Formats: sequence, structure tokens, C-alpha cells
Amino acid sequence: MAGIEVNALHKRYPDGTVAVDHVDLSIGDGELFVMLGPSGCGKTTTLRAIAGLERQTTGDIRIGDTLVNDLPPAERDIAMVFQFYALYPHLRTRDNLAFPLRAEGLPKAEVNERVEEAARLMRLGPLLDRRPHRLSGGEQQRVALARALVRRPRAFLMDEPLTNLDAELRADMRTEIKHLQGELGTTMVYVTHDQVEAMSLGHRIAILNKGRVEQIGTPLEVYDRPASLFCAAFIGSPPMNLIEVEVADGKLRSKSGLVLTPPPNLPRDRGLVAGVRPEALEVTEPGAEGSVPARVVSAEWLGDEIIYVVDHGGQGDVRVRMPPTVRFDADAPVGLRHTGGPPPVYDVSTEELVA
Amino acid sequence: MAVSINEAVSTDPARDRTPPARRFGGRGLSVLEIAVLTVLAAVMLFPVLWMIETSIKENRDVYAIPAKFFDFQVTLDHFKDVFFSSGGGRSSLSVSFLNSVVVAGVSTVLATVLGVPAAWAYSRFAVKAKKDQLFFILSTRFMPPVVVVIPIFLMYRQLGLIDTKLGLILIYTAFNVPFTIWMMKGFVDEVPAEYEDAAMLDGYTRLQAFRRFTLPLLLPGIAATAVFALIFSWNEFVFAIFLTSSDSVRTAPPAIAGLIGGTTVDWGLVAAASVVFALPVLVFAYLVRKHLIAGVTLGAVRR
Ligand SMILES: Nc1ncnc2c1ncn2[C@@H]1O[C@H](COP(=O)(O)OP(=O)(O)OP(=O)(O)O)[C@@H](O)[C@H]1O
Ligand SMILES: [Mg+2]
Repeated sequence: MAGIEVNALHKRYPDGTVAVDHVDLSIGDGELFVMLGPSGCGKTTTLRAIAGLERQTTGDIRIGDTLVNDLPPAERDIAMVFQFYALYPHLRTRDNLAFPLRAEGLPKAEVNERVEEAARLMRLGPLLDRRPHRLSGGEQQRVALARALVRRPRAFLMDEPLTNLDAELRADMRTEIKHLQGELGTTMVYVTHDQVEAMSLGHRIAILNKGRVEQIGTPLEVYDRPASLFCAAFIGSPPMNLIEVEVADGKLRSKSGLVLTPPPNLPRDRGLVAGVRPEALEVTEPGAEGSVPARVVSAEWLGDEIIYVVDHGGQGDVRVRMPPTVRFDADAPVGLRHTGGPPPVYDVSTEELVA
Repeated sequence: MAVSINEAVSTDPARDRTPPARRFGGRGLSVLEIAVLTVLAAVMLFPVLWMIETSIKENRDVYAIPAKFFDFQVTLDHFKDVFFSSGGGRSSLSVSFLNSVVVAGVSTVLATVLGVPAAWAYSRFAVKAKKDQLFFILSTRFMPPVVVVIPIFLMYRQLGLIDTKLGLILIYTAFNVPFTIWMMKGFVDEVPAEYEDAAMLDGYTRLQAFRRFTLPLLLPGIAATAVFALIFSWNEFVFAIFLTSSDSVRTAPPAIAGLIGGTTVDWGLVAAASVVFALPVLVFAYLVRKHLIAGVTLGAVRR
């Protein structure tokens, strides 16, 4: 087992595409580290560089204490699970699992023992004698995970391993992966573009955008204080409301007059945007205390909650998350007020967090 | 699950909406279609049938006027003449058949051995100006052989390759490699690169990964490609007639053509030789027919 250090990684493909611009990661031993970002931001490329399947243009990669820049994948002692499961189609489950072990030349008895163990962990018993085309997507993915396990590698790399599964199975597998990683204590780098997956799995999350790291932090940090406007707009469903604000008499005030609790140390000399979570706003009866007049544009009924889209005068609609017991009709005149603590505030021009 | 129930329900009305014409087509062919197809088949197959018939007719029936379709004497003498000369011993035709086997076989094997790894490389790796290279490779097939045969003849004369089997093998290989690369690249593209990636992480080198995982999955494609290459080499006529002259080197196509000419033509022998010539490729293609269809429908089904 080992941590992974990535320093100033840069990858330019021969056709000139810069897939990874500049990435620094420091992944601890035994950590479940999630890389999250929109499609094309360079997640797969970073992972493949760590695996050795792609040679970075510049930058260093260390696994444990070893500089692995020029080591072929075979010598890096890591296992990878792909989005497309890559089970060998001509081999039965049992042989698919045994394969990496036989490649290492382990004695037969030990191979069998490890295969049995991995099969028990991933509950593959009845599937051991089937070939991949006779397995369902979820089963194939469990086999792929088991195949990564048997080798007891120094680290696991997972590239969107659950994308091809349906929602229910995905939730199950997520729990399973998290549990397994905790049990084995093996470092895992998990790539996804699904923020729910990222939040529920990761010890820490790195948010990537256009080949750069926008933020690294625990799920809570990332949710509470997104480090940039990009992260603010990316995390959360629906994401933060980005509201242009001004500082006036010690308060944060939007153009519509909505008043927010100000964070300390606000710079005054530039344009500011506050990131307000939908649950930090409240739709009220019109004229309620501290509210500004607003109008319900539409409502999404999600069963356990209602998302109101609210027009509060001019500058863009905001989304508000309300319990299902509070009901307003579309087009109804309402009030809107802020209920949460100080929101994160961003500089309009640099798009960075300033307070 | 709810989704599958919905789908199951929705398929039934959809089936009822199928236009009647399509439903009819699925059940069988109309009388008219059968009639048209029969006539077409008869016209297309007539030369082949006539060739087979001629090859087993007595000579006087071959030259009979009006031609005899049904009541002729059956004989296998012509086939005997294909393989044995009149004085006993091997006929020159049988030598040329053997030459055809050697030249077509070796050039197909060479083209496959060279073309498959090249196709793999073009499919898997970032190669500079890949598209231009592939286009250049294909462009060598744009011209019909007859256009390049004179320059090739001159070069071969310099190199001493005129009238050698090696010369034919080389030129057929050169013609088949581009074809092999193009066709095999399609097959390699279909095999997910992740198999090799996974194998490399499991401890294999890139070449081992190719040999142990990708290659077995490519076998059907290789079979289909090899058949096409074999057919080209086996049937090739222009290079063979220009670049070879002696009976000991000639392949079957120019040798059979050589039977025609002179004052009398032994049509029975020509027909028998043609039948013998046509058989091996037919049999071979029949044996690998499944792969051939896979090759022709390549890319029709996407992952
Ligand atoms: N082999 C390649 N050659 C050229 N460009 C590539 C290659 N592979 C990826 N790219 C480009 O590099 C960028 C990053 O790709 P990458 O696959 O790392 O994205 P990703 O974050 O994994 O996206 P996704 O979520 O869609 O999988 C993309 O713009 C992509 O088009
Ligand atoms: Mg990807």
C-alpha cells in the first residue's frame, strides 16, 4: 500500500489537445480520493498517467516512495477498473480472476485461495463458472472489482466504474466499494462525473476543470465553501444560486434588496457574487419580516422536497429548496429571505473565493 | 422493474402498427420475385454450368453442332489430362497449379504477417500524420495492375526477378498488404483497447498483451482478410502473364489462358482446368463463410 503524489502533471496528446494542463495531487496512504469534474476535463487522462498507460508530457508521479515516470504499467503494482469492464471474453469468471495471479507466477494453491477469497468478498460464488457474456452489467462490474482485488495491489484506480449500471445498482455498488476500501485500507483513486457518488464515497474530493484542479477538500468543505465560481456552479443539485451583491452598512445586499449575512473581512473594492445554497433561502408569505417581494416562476415537486424557482426582481431567478408541506402556486406573489449563515463570496472578475 | 413492464406493454401495439407490406416480406417471397430471381440466377450461372458440363463431355460432344445440353457421353479424361501429360508423368498444367498454390499461399501469409501488426499499430498508437499515411497506403491500390506492370517489369529485369516465383510472391504481397492493413484496422478498432490496458496492468508487456488478448479476438477478422487476399493472389492474371514465361514458374491463370490459341483449342481441357482452378478458393471460402460475412458486415453493429 502506498500514497500517490502527482506533481505539475501536464499531458498534451500528439494531436495538440492539452488534456491535463497542470495537476498537483497528494493522495494519502489508505485514502479514498475522488476526482470529480465535467466530461473532458482530463480525469481519465490523469488516471491513465498514474497507471502508466499514458506517458505524461511533463511532471512527476510517485507511488509510495518510487518515482514511476518511466515504469511500465506492469511494474507499478496497481489495479485499475475501467468504465467498460474489460473482462477477457473468452475466460470464465474464475479464470478472469486468476489471470493476473497466474501472470505473476503464483503457485496454484495460492491462486485458488485468493480467487476464493475475492469471490467471497464480492459474492461471486454462483458466477465463477460463467463467461462474461452470460453475466449482467452489475455482475460483470463485481467481477471486474474482484479482479482488481485479487492482486492485492498498492493502489486501486477506478475510472467511472459504475456509469453503466442503473441507479439502484449504482447505489448498492457505491456502498460496497466504500465498505471494501475501508476494510482493505488500500489507497483508491476514484474518478467520476457524478457528484452524488463523489460526495458519498470520497474522503477527499478534487474538482477538476479544463485540466486544472479547482479545489481539493473533504465533501463538506467542497459543499460549504466551493473554492471558485466553477465549483459553486458544479456541486449541488440544484447548484448554488450566484447572486451579485454589494456591501452596504455592514450588510450584503443584492440588487433586489435581499439581505444576506456578511462574512468577515469582505473586500470592498470590487464586484462580488455570493453563492447561496437553495436550502439557505426561504419562500415566505408576501411581506413577511426580512423578505423581499418575489414571484414563484415554477415549482418542481420531488416528493420529499419542492424546488421553487423564484423571480425576485431583475437579476436572474433563484432556486429555493422547501419542505413539501409548504406550498405556493405558480405565479403567486411571495416573499424571499435568506436564512443561512454567511455565504461564500466570490470576486466577479477572478472567479475566486474572497471571503 | 417498472421500466421493463412499460417497455413490454409498449411493444405490442407497435407490432400491430407494422405496415402490411413488411409483414408479408417477412413471411416469404412472392411468385414474381421467385421467377425473376430464377431467371437471373440461370443467366448468371450459365457460364459456370457450361464450363462444368464441358469439362465432363466427350470431345465429339463438345464440338457438336447444335450443342448438346443433356444427352452427352460423360468422361473424366479431361481431368486426367489436366494432371498428367500424354506421355505419362506430370503435365505442365499441374506444375502451374502447384505454382499457384505456392505463390498465393506464401504471399497471403506474408501479407497477413506484415499487415496485421501494422493495422494494430495504426489503430492503437498515435502515429504522425496517421490519416495521410493510411491514405498513401491505400492509394497504392488505386491504379489497376496493368498501369504499373511495365515499370515493375523494368525494375524486375534489373533485379533478376523476372520469371521467378519470388518475384510474383513479392508483388502480390505488396498488393495485399495495403488491403490487409485497411481491413484489419477495422477489426482492431472493434476490439476495445481496454483489454490490452488491463493485461498490461496485470503484468504483461504491450506485445504480450497484443498476442495473448487482442490476437485471439482478431482471428475471425484475420481469416476473412486472408481469404480476400488469397482470392486476389489466386486469380491474378496481369502480373503473372507479364512477369513470368516459363512453364516451371507460371501460375494457373496464364497457363490456362495459354491453352487457348493455336489452330485448335481443346475446350474440354480448358474447361476441366478451369474447374480445378475454381475449386480450392470456393472450398476455402465455404469453410470460412461465417467469418467472411462478419468481415463484410463489419461495423454494422456498434458496441
Ligand atoms: N488519445 C487522445 N488523443 C487526443 N485527445 C484526447 C485523447 N484522449 C482524450 N483526449 C482529449 O483530452 C481531453 C480530456 O480527456 P479525458 O478522457 O481525460 O476526459 P475525462 O475527464 O475522462 O472525460 P469523461 O468524463 O468524458 O470521461 C478531452 O478533450 C479529450 O478529447
Ligand atoms: Mg473519462
